[in-house]
Amino acid sequence: MDPGDIDRALTRIAHEILERNRGAEDVVLVGIHTRGAPLAKRLAAAIETIEGETMPTGILDIGLYRDDLDTRPKTELGRTAVPEIDGATVVLVDDVLYTGRTIRAALDALADLGRPARVQLAALVDRGHRELPIRPDYVGKNLPTAPGERVTVHVVEIDGHDGVVIETGGT
Amino acid sequence: MNHFLSTEDVSRQDLTDLLDDADSFVEVLARPIPKVPALRGKTVATMFFEPSTRTKLSFEKAAKALSADTMSFSPGTSALKKGESLKDTVLTVQAMGTDAMVVRHQATGAPWRIAEWVDQPVLNAGDGAHQHPTQALLDALTIRQRFGTLDGVRIGIVGDIRHSRVARSDVFAFSTLGAEVTMVGPRTLLPIAAEDWPASATEDLDHVISELDVVYLLRVQAERGGASVFPSLSEYTKRFGMTRERFARLKPDSVVLHPGPMNRGVEIAAEVADDERSLILKQVSNGVAVRMAVLFRLMGGEHSE
Repeated sequence: MDPGDIDRALTRIAHEILERNRGAEDVVLVGIHTRGAPLAKRLAAAIETIEGETMPTGILDIGLYRDDLDTRPKTELGRTAVPEIDGATVVLVDDVLYTGRTIRAALDALADLGRPARVQLAALVDRGHRELPIRPDYVGKNLPTAPGERVTVHVVEIDGHDGVVIETGGT
Repeated sequence: MNHFLSTEDVSRQDLTDLLDDADSFVEVLARPIPKVPALRGKTVATMFFEPSTRTKLSFEKAAKALSADTMSFSPGTSALKKGESLKDTVLTVQAMGTDAMVVRHQATGAPWRIAEWVDQPVLNAGDGAHQHPTQALLDALTIRQRFGTLDGVRIGIVGDIRHSRVARSDVFAFSTLGAEVTMVGPRTLLPIAAEDWPASATEDLDHVISELDVVYLLRVQAERGGASVFPSLSEYTKRFGMTRERFARLKPDSVVLHPGPMNRGVEIAAEVADDERSLILKQVSNGVAVRMAVLFRLMGGEHSE
């Protein structure tokens, strides 16, 4: 995906979110730390352009909710800042949807922060290989991959440029 | 980092990482449900061979907020009374299936010995008059929240430096983080080899007080022989106490810290203790967050080294 593809995908998802929820009312966009957060901000900006309404956004760090803390290398904890979600429709936003374990952790984390009326899932890339019964509501691009491959999303806000890279082999 | 025993051998990067994580835990503790599942299924043993209220409760709260189970141990009711050795005691506790040990002991170096015997992380919660590293972390976090950094912050540590594990841990942690530290106290209570400490030393609080950003008051520790080395408590208060008069001479944005428990009217005037620029209760609540950070660092995730 090049920067134009990413822009178009996010604009389409913004339309889909508005269509599915009949507008922007009571919808909160929550990006998963790290790269989900800027994507949530961009979706909010796109929605504002379309609808003229500012959608609240938040950032959710799921580092303390992972089920693989014992086996994965340690990363710095991020900050969680989520607006009021009780009774709202929360759209979780992540860059790559893969096994679904991140989303499982995010759902647990959300439940500790409040009780949303419903939770939907938006992913820029769905690369398949789910290990849990989790499916996205909004997808930027389905990207069939082999389990050994690595899919990395780059965003301007963090990496200095937009793009999706597939690397083969390695770990 | 496999254990957390001292602030003398921790790098600036490691201290900063721990404080950054502690910031995240401050946010966790402010949530409606102040608990995360990060250490679910793990057990933390708190082994306090010397009495403590706040540190023990703080570690237990930290472990529970990470969803770990806690086991506690108090010497008065333990088999130590029956003559069991320290080594046998800790190996017995480990055999019950603990994943980390929090140790306070009256003997300097005891946590290091225990760390050699067991195969799990050991956290020093205070050994003799030597080290109390999580206290230094919570003090550093409290100062960093106020000033944004410790770099260049001028900190005076006042009182019985020589017999204080808090002072030793603080001096090394603060100076590693870039603060300018001054130790203030009567010569009899300054460190014996003060020139080896990364701090300057003075006997004259009034001379330096107007330059300090942080005044850290130590408790007068009668139980460690503190009271025998100066003439009287009122003499101590006159020269080193944070009286209302001295408090008025501080810079307007300077703050006062104290590790507790306070002797109101001795090292700190009651009005100062209750002033909004006294961050003593903030220190206590930050204690839970920094202990979560250390427990999470040592127990959560695989060790990178």
